[in-house]
Amino acid sequence: MAFSATLEETGGDARIFLKGELDAGSAPQFKDAIEQAAAKNPKRLVLFMNELDFMASAGLRILIFAKQKMGQGVDIYVIGSKGPVLNTLEMSGFHRSVYVQDTFTE
Amino acid sequence: MLDTRIDFYPTHEHEGFKLRHGKPFPFGATLIPGGVNFSIFSKHATSCTLVLFEKHAGEPLVEIPFPDYFRIGNVWCMVVFDLDYENIEYGYRMDGPFDPAAGHRFDKSKILLDPYAKAVGGRDVWGEKPDWDDMFQHRGRFVFEDFDWEDDCPLETPMEDLVIYEMHVRSFTRHPSSGVKHPGTFAAITEKIPYLKELGINCVELMPVYEFDEFENSKQSPVTGEMLYNYWGYSTVGFFAPNAGFAATGRFGMQVDELKTLIKELHKNGIEVILDVVFNHTAEGNEMGPTISFRGIDNQTYYMLSPDGYYMNFSGCGNTLNCNNPIMRNMVLDCLRYWASEYHIDGFRFDLASILGRDPWGAPLPNPPLLETLAFDPVLGKCKLIAEAWDAGGLYQVGSFPAYGRWAEWNGKYRDDMRKFLKGEMGIVGAIAQRLQGSPDMYGYNGRGPSASINFITCHDGFTLYDSFSYNDKHNEANGEDNRDGANDNESWNCGWEGETDNPEIIALRKQLIKNALTALMVSRGVPMILMGDELGRTKNGNNNTYCQDNDLNWLDWSLLEKNSDLFLFAKSIIAFRNAHPVLRYHEHFHNADIVGSGCADITWHGTRAWNADWSGTSRALAFMLCGKHAKGGSVEDDQIYVAMNTYWDALDFEVPSPPQGTKWHVAVNTGMPSPDDIFAPGMEPALSNQSNITVGARSVVVLVGR
Repeated sequence: MAFSATLEETGGDARIFLKGELDAGSAPQFKDAIEQAAAKNPKRLVLFMNELDFMASAGLRILIFAKQKMGQGVDIYVIGSKGPVLNTLEMSGFHRSVYVQDTFTE
Repeated sequence: MLDTRIDFYPTHEHEGFKLRHGKPFPFGATLIPGGVNFSIFSKHATSCTLVLFEKHAGEPLVEIPFPDYFRIGNVWCMVVFDLDYENIEYGYRMDGPFDPAAGHRFDKSKILLDPYAKAVGGRDVWGEKPDWDDMFQHRGRFVFEDFDWEDDCPLETPMEDLVIYEMHVRSFTRHPSSGVKHPGTFAAITEKIPYLKELGINCVELMPVYEFDEFENSKQSPVTGEMLYNYWGYSTVGFFAPNAGFAATGRFGMQVDELKTLIKELHKNGIEVILDVVFNHTAEGNEMGPTISFRGIDNQTYYMLSPDGYYMNFSGCGNTLNCNNPIMRNMVLDCLRYWASEYHIDGFRFDLASILGRDPWGAPLPNPPLLETLAFDPVLGKCKLIAEAWDAGGLYQVGSFPAYGRWAEWNGKYRDDMRKFLKGEMGIVGAIAQRLQGSPDMYGYNGRGPSASINFITCHDGFTLYDSFSYNDKHNEANGEDNRDGANDNESWNCGWEGETDNPEIIALRKQLIKNALTALMVSRGVPMILMGDELGRTKNGNNNTYCQDNDLNWLDWSLLEKNSDLFLFAKSIIAFRNAHPVLRYHEHFHNADIVGSGCADITWHGTRAWNADWSGTSRALAFMLCGKHAKGGSVEDDQIYVAMNTYWDALDFEVPSPPQGTKWHVAVNTGMPSPDDIFAPGMEPALSNQSNITVGARSVVVLVGR
C-alpha cells in the first residue's frame, strides 16, 4: 500500500498521520513531514500509526531523527501502533523514549 | 547559503555507480553525506574490488575494482555515491599470491568480510540454517550512528565497588520459563533488568557479543542427537559488529539499536556493561578452515605463522591473531575505542589475554606494546581492563600480567584456593588469608591494589557453584568428545552422592556450601564476580564445558527462583551486605596495622581462640576481624565486622574478640542456620547471646557486625 504522511496542526500539537508501509523508499517523505512539523515549534509531536502496516529500520531512523530534531522539550506520542510496527518499536527499544498509547488522550 | 556541499561530488563512474577518491581513515564503511566511504588495508594484495549486493541477494549487484589511483600506501579507499544504505551489503575481493610457505593465501574467488564491518548479515536469526551455497556468508552492512543516548555515559563505578555478574546473552532468557517476550535476546535482558536490580549486582559481563557463527563446527551430539553449536561464541567473525542472532531485531538488521538500548537501560539502573572480547583468534580456524576475512585480506599480517607458513595455535582454536603486529594492534585499539565511544561500554574482559603479550613469533614480550597502548589510551582511559591472564600455549601470568597500573586479572588462584578450602581441604588457611585480603601476595609487591584481583569461584568455564558441590568429576559426554574436553582439576566435592539426589541432608549441605562460597566471595577484598544462575543453584548436570550446548545445560531455568528461593534470598542479602559495608571495599591493600588510631589494626586474624589463628597444616578454621574505623582508609565509619569460617565436618566453638567499646556483636550471617535465619538485613541482625563465644556449625560461616 502506498505510503503517506499527513501533517496537521492542532493547538500546540503537530500531528502526523502515517499510512501504508514505511521503508527505505518512503522514509524521506516521513522525514519531510517531521521537518515541516519541527519548523512550527510544536509543544508535542503526535504520530498516528493506526494505519501503518509496516516499518523497516529506515522508519526507525526517522523516528530517532524526530526525537533529536524536536529536542528534549518536545514529547513524542506514538498512537495506535500495532502488530509488526509495535513489535519493531519494542524490540529496538524506541518505545522507551516516547509515549506509546493505543488512543490519543489530549 | 548553499544547502548542498559543492566540494564533494563524483569524479569517476563504474557501471553507472558514481565514485570519487576516498579517505583512508577511518577504515571500514563510513556513511558520509551523499555516499559511503570505503577503506580497507592490505599490504600484500595486488588488487582490490568492492563487491556490492542487494540485501540477501545471491549474486552481486556490482563489482567495482579500485583503480590504482584510489590506493594510498597500503589502503584502498573510495567513495561510492547514492547507495541505498538500508538495502546494500558489501564485501571485497583481493587478488595476490597464494604462497602458504610465504604466509600468503589470497584467493580472488572469495568475497571477504570487511574486518571493520559494523554490522554483519548472513546469520540474522539464531539457529536458522545458513545457505551453504551462498558465495558470501558473512555480509558487511552499514550502520547509522544516530542512536539517541540522551544523557547516558559510562558509569565509571569505582572498581572496588563492583559486583560482576558473568552471563551469556542467549542463556539468560532462552529457557521457556523466563517468561519474556523475545527469549534469548538483548531485548529480553532489558526486560529482566528488575531481576538484576533485585539481586543487587551492578555490572554485567557479557560473554562474547561480537558477531560469530553459531554454525561454526556445528555437528550432531552422539549422545542426544541434538545439534551442537559454537554456542558460547568464543570465535569471532566480526569484531565491530554485535551478534545479529542475539537480537530480536536481527531479522530487520536493527541489532545495533537493540544492543545500545540494552546498555542505555542498564546504565539507567546503575548497572555497568563489560564485554568479554576474544582477540586471540578468529573463526577462520587453521589451514583447513573457511576464508571469511583476514586470511584473504592479508594472512601474513593478521595471523601468527610458523616459519613454513602454518598457523601457530596458542589459542587452542586453530589460529592466533598477530596482536603485536602494528596493524593488528591498531585494529584492536580501533575496535575497543569504537565500543567504548559508540556503545558506551564500561569495560572489557580479554579472553586468553596472555596472547596479547606475545610477539609475532609467539615469544612473550616483557613490555607488550598492545597492552601498554590499551592501558594508556585516552578513549579507554576510564574503561575497566580485565585479563584472563593465561593462554592455551602454556603462558600463565596470574599475578604477573603486564599491568601498567590499569589491568586487573581473573584471579585463578582465588578460585582454586577457595574451592579447596570450601570443600574442607586442610592446610590451606594461609593461602585463604591472602585471598580474603585481595591477594596481596600476588598484587601487593608490585604496587597493584586489590582491585587488580577479580575474585571468582565459578565462571563460564568449569562447574557451576551448585555442581562444584554435587559432582566429583566432570560429565561432558553430551559434548561429543568422549568426556575428554573440559578441565579435570575442578576441586569439587559431591557431598556424598554424584549428581542429583532426593536425600534432603545432601541437598541441604550443598546449599549451605553455596552460601559459604557466596559469603567468602562477598567479604573478600577485591572485585567479586558471580556466574549467572549461581544465585539460584543452577546446574549443568556436571558438564564443565558447555560451549556447544543450546539447551537446558546452558539455559537458565527460571523456575529455580521458586524452587531455590532460599538461595536467592541469601544471595541478594549477602550482596546487599557487601554493598552496605564500605569496610569490605577499598582499592588499597590492608596494612595489618592500625593506621587511623582506632586502637585496632585494619584486619586481625583469629581462630577458635581469639587473636590466635591456627595456621597449621591441619587447620580448617579461620576467622578475621575488620576494623570499621578503617573503612575506605579511615575516611568513612563502618561497623566492626568479624567473620568465622569453619570447613571442618563438625561444629567448632570460636572465641570472639571483644567488639569496640559501646557496641555489641550482632549476627548478620550464619550459614549453618536454616533460611531465613541464615542472614539478616542491615539493622535487623539479632544480638549475639554470648558476646565472647559462638558455635560455628559444621561447614559453616558466621559473620558478626559490631554496632
